[in-house]
Amino acid sequence: MIPASFDYFRPSTLDEALEVFAGAGEEAKVLAGGQSLLPLLRLRLAYPTAMVDVGRVAELRGVADRGDHVHIGATTTHDEVVRSPIVREHCPLVALATATVADPAVRHRGTFGGSLAHADPAGDLPAVALALDMVFVVRSSTGDRTIPAADFFLDYLESALQPGEILTGVRVPKLGPGWGFHYEKFHRTAQAWATVGVAAAVRQTNGTVEEVRVGLTNMGPTPVRAAGVEAAARGVEAGRNGSLRQAAEQAAEGTDPPADLHAQPDYRKHLARVLTHRALVSASAHRSPQT
Amino acid sequence: MTEQLEAGTVTQQVKENGALGAPGGEVGKARRRKEDARLVTGRTQWTDNIQLPGLLHVAFLRSPMAHARITRVDTSPARTRPGVVAVFSGQDFAGEQGSLPCAWPVTPDTVIPDHPPMAVSEVRYVGEAVACVIATDRYKAADALEAIEIDYEPLEPVLDMNEALAEGSPKVHETGNESFTWKFAGGDIEAAFREAPVVIDRTYVQQRLIPSAMEPRAVVAQTDGDSFTLHTSTQIPHVLRVMLALTTGIPEHKLRVIAPDVGGGFGSKLQVTAEEVLCLLITRRLGKPVKWTEARSEGNLTVHHGRDQIQHIRVAADADGRVRGVQVKLLADMGAYLMLVTPGVPILGAFMYNGIYKMDAYDFTCTGVFTTKMPTDAYRGAGRPEATFAIERVMDELAAEIGVDPMEIRRRNWIRHHEFPYTTICGLTYDSGNYEAATDRALALFGYDKLRAEQSDRREREDPVQLGIGISTYTEMCGLAPSRVLGSLSYAAGGWEHADVRVLPTGKVEVVTGTSPHGQGHETAWSQIVADSLGVPFEDVAVLHGDTASSHKGMDTYGSRSLAVGGIAVVHACDKVKEKARQVAAHLMEASPDDVEFSEGRFRVRGTGTSQTIQEIALATFAAHNLPDGFEPRLDASATFDPESFSFPHGTHLCAVEVDTETGATAIRSYVAVDDVGNVVNPLIVEGQVHGGIAQGIAQALFEEAVYDSDGNLLTTTMADYLLPSAADLPSFTTDRTETPATTNPLGVKGVGEAGTIASTPAVVNAIVDALRPHGVHDVRMPCTPERVWRTLRSVEGESA
Amino acid sequence: MARISVEVDGIAYEDEVEPRLLLVHYLRDRLGKTGTPIGCDTTNCGACTVLLDGRSVKSCSVLAVQVDGCDITTIEGVSSDGVWHPVQKAFHEEHALQCGYCTPGMVLASIDLLKDDPDPSEEAVRQGLEGNLCRCTGYCNIVRAVRRAAQEMRVTTP
Repeated sequence: MIPASFDYFRPSTLDEALEVFAGAGEEAKVLAGGQSLLPLLRLRLAYPTAMVDVGRVAELRGVADRGDHVHIGATTTHDEVVRSPIVREHCPLVALATATVADPAVRHRGTFGGSLAHADPAGDLPAVALALDMVFVVRSSTGDRTIPAADFFLDYLESALQPGEILTGVRVPKLGPGWGFHYEKFHRTAQAWATVGVAAAVRQTNGTVEEVRVGLTNMGPTPVRAAGVEAAARGVEAGRNGSLRQAAEQAAEGTDPPADLHAQPDYRKHLARVLTHRALVSASAHRSPQT
Repeated sequence: MTEQLEAGTVTQQVKENGALGAPGGEVGKARRRKEDARLVTGRTQWTDNIQLPGLLHVAFLRSPMAHARITRVDTSPARTRPGVVAVFSGQDFAGEQGSLPCAWPVTPDTVIPDHPPMAVSEVRYVGEAVACVIATDRYKAADALEAIEIDYEPLEPVLDMNEALAEGSPKVHETGNESFTWKFAGGDIEAAFREAPVVIDRTYVQQRLIPSAMEPRAVVAQTDGDSFTLHTSTQIPHVLRVMLALTTGIPEHKLRVIAPDVGGGFGSKLQVTAEEVLCLLITRRLGKPVKWTEARSEGNLTVHHGRDQIQHIRVAADADGRVRGVQVKLLADMGAYLMLVTPGVPILGAFMYNGIYKMDAYDFTCTGVFTTKMPTDAYRGAGRPEATFAIERVMDELAAEIGVDPMEIRRRNWIRHHEFPYTTICGLTYDSGNYEAATDRALALFGYDKLRAEQSDRREREDPVQLGIGISTYTEMCGLAPSRVLGSLSYAAGGWEHADVRVLPTGKVEVVTGTSPHGQGHETAWSQIVADSLGVPFEDVAVLHGDTASSHKGMDTYGSRSLAVGGIAVVHACDKVKEKARQVAAHLMEASPDDVEFSEGRFRVRGTGTSQTIQEIALATFAAHNLPDGFEPRLDASATFDPESFSFPHGTHLCAVEVDTETGATAIRSYVAVDDVGNVVNPLIVEGQVHGGIAQGIAQALFEEAVYDSDGNLLTTTMADYLLPSAADLPSFTTDRTETPATTNPLGVKGVGEAGTIASTPAVVNAIVDALRPHGVHDVRMPCTPERVWRTLRSVEGESA
Repeated sequence: MARISVEVDGIAYEDEVEPRLLLVHYLRDRLGKTGTPIGCDTTNCGACTVLLDGRSVKSCSVLAVQVDGCDITTIEGVSSDGVWHPVQKAFHEEHALQCGYCTPGMVLASIDLLKDDPDPSEEAVRQGLEGNLCRCTGYCNIVRAVRRAAQEMRVTTP
């Protein structure tokens, strides 16, 4: 299959990108790695009139330690994220989940910001963004603004990005010591999207769970923060035989999972409960080295 | 039983010496393939690679409706788009496009609806071609498609076979939704069921599959104004040429069909396609070469699908599990039309529902049903995987019913090795086999007893992850096929195969085969056969195929037939060449031909030291200075071989599956396959065929299904929706062989292309059901997705609660 | 139209391309590099895998304009001086291909995999090749081939 025609711009600076994007019309799209966008174009499910290729904008790429958070540039590839020592040290959950995105060749092209801006609730990263309270840094011709992850995902494939805005990067708060992480991805084949995914972070002291963060993949039109689980897990005993299972029973609360080829909503809800338990157990067993 | 053997070493047991020829012979050797050099370096000749001066590109507009009347077509907006040379709709071809052929009307009253390559007035499945653009490049062709305007008046889709046969159902064709009902019986089925102590009654669903050869289809058609050349990604250049000549009216001798490198088929390229016919018509009309290359999402809609049957099987047995009779009632989804062998596919399975078992009676009925979906046709195994699945699943049910180990139930019923040749209840004579030997080997490699012990341990512990063991002791009929049998089954053609062998002046050998490989390695295997037969080096043999101009005669490649039929034709042609060479050798050495013996490439006068090599004979024949009186100066021969019987590979596959009862997820823990495909020409190729076959069978069991929604839209149009397993989704397989030579051909070979696929699907599902049987589960519908496993468990838990 | 310059298998090209032209069509239709085939529309099959500045990418999901100034290696550029790459050799030796349509992508994905992991376990090979589909082999021999190539490469490049 073959994409329809579009105009193409390749700015080399962010300012230039913003200018081009602002003038390129309503149907213009930002092109980063293109790994989500190009298949849609080829299937003619998307008809952008113009593509603003930000792939050569150096300031959008790279990982930096910014003290209380890690900044991941929007066009940093998944592969670069997974390999980044900063990411691995300070936000291992990001590395764990990103390593499950698609396959190696796609991870070489696909970008961290592109994946998040696509706002696909079946993607692996949005749930992680929610769980870790990432902050989206966005720029337009009128300046910078930040959007907390909780406000970023509005609906299926719809983010809080406004026309003319470009996602420049994401701040991942460092959680500090005592945390363990796990991303539990359940899919029918290695290539398939997550039927359900659970991003879990658990902080414990002496076998007692102090704090839990849980984000759910593909449990609604947006990624979902499992607030009920987080509340219920506080103070319970960590480990497989503890009370984490009861806490995980709250996982499907308030979710509105899709019905599609791979699963019906009731099954997804069931999976969310089972997989959340597993993710919490694994996370509490894999505490980060900085403890 | 036996202890677990070291797995993995077995698969390395490739013989370095020939099994059939002399020690050091080629046959039986794990020769690396001649084909690989071009394939690993990218010097391939896929059809889409072809570039020609002035080549135009064709793109097809396809019906978005499952069933509708075409009320208005306006192609004119597309005609003015840049680069557009022509735009046609069905109406433009109505006078010349004919009807796509069905070569297998299984009954005299089989309803074969008219099947225009491009729909003219009515569409009957989503994806049916309704118009086309011919443009100067593929991008422009794709753009202009969007400008064509077509109005449809919706008609009711017909999607469910049972509903299609019900009174008052909307009709796919005016004649109704039944294409045929085909019956077959042996023995007294009523007697078998009368007062039978045990009756098992099950219904299984063979889901619709998309064959998914890696190379999408492509066609390049060209004409010089008089004759036509068609390059196409096909398994059947020879059959296609005949059929295209009959369909388009292009005289057969003016039509050359070439299958260049073909990237897999699995039955899906055993077809006369609409696109092949239309590209010929377009090139005839425009006088320009044209190319069409399928997109994967187009192919999922329009490459014929496989399987899609509902199987109702009943087994009558004695109290000890001896099978008395089997009764099968089959509904087979034809899709919207009958394509090349659509109705024949379920009928090929009709003779296999008895499997490897002895019984007194058998009764089979199959009804072919039209629906508004893509037609079905041959997919790896074609009818036989479905049959094998049903009998192997139901044998497990029988074992459970009478409370014996599923392997024991098979032993009680199978044909014992000393009973061969054995004529089955279906009237087929299984020439050879040894089910005991293959099974014993498989059990040992698998560590059956140990796994059973682990299974009961997990059951006792109520481990959320349960273990199941699945058995499949299969046989299949392959080597399609004896022409007389095909005739008796109303197939339009025969099942012979052809070969030419010619020794060139320098002693090199060209083999022309009528088989048409697309991954099977015939260039290598045929070279091995010829090297042994003529005593020439393996490297000195070239195999030509896939071009009707060089290979004028053939029946092509499908149905595990190439070696068992085509390979034998090569053997016979070599024999004829040797006989000619003997005449020359005797003449040159001044001896009687009766005194000249041949071995290892050399003719020797018995009792003397005099000899001549076949290369020397070739040169002498070429020079023709001194040949026997009346001897034609040529060292070549043709042979056409028509087998008298099918061949019957068999084997025992064992599969251990872990089932996560919390999520329904399944994981194959180990898989052992011991196949008996008779003698083996190249163990490396045989093992590869088995591996790939097993993978496809597992994929049916666990992953794949073509899904239509209630409007008749295919939902699985891309590889993101139709899930094919990657390396990460499959285990390593432990494979081994027993070798019980076929007695019906001089090589003793049986065929291996479909064995793995036929065997593996029931092995996997049996394992899943075995894991869950204590929970009350006795079936999980394929593909056994985690959700299906979970729902099955929930429903039985609901029943017991 | 956009002007691009790109090096493919050691040869420098300069071309005017439509922005929408897919890299794989540029390679096949414009450069005649038909060794790289196309198997799907959705980045699933991996048949079109090439190396872009040394890393594997699916050339059906990259625009030709995006590789301006880049270096591409296709299956046709993997051998050097007529000597097959150890991965090509191992695919042949282990019978890791049948129809061969997926082979170019498998070979390049394997080369990429071995750059990161010179001694991959069976599991690592299977995971590493998850983006490349083969319909013929059942993958067993592909896994063997990659591990065999790894061994040979470790021996020849100390």
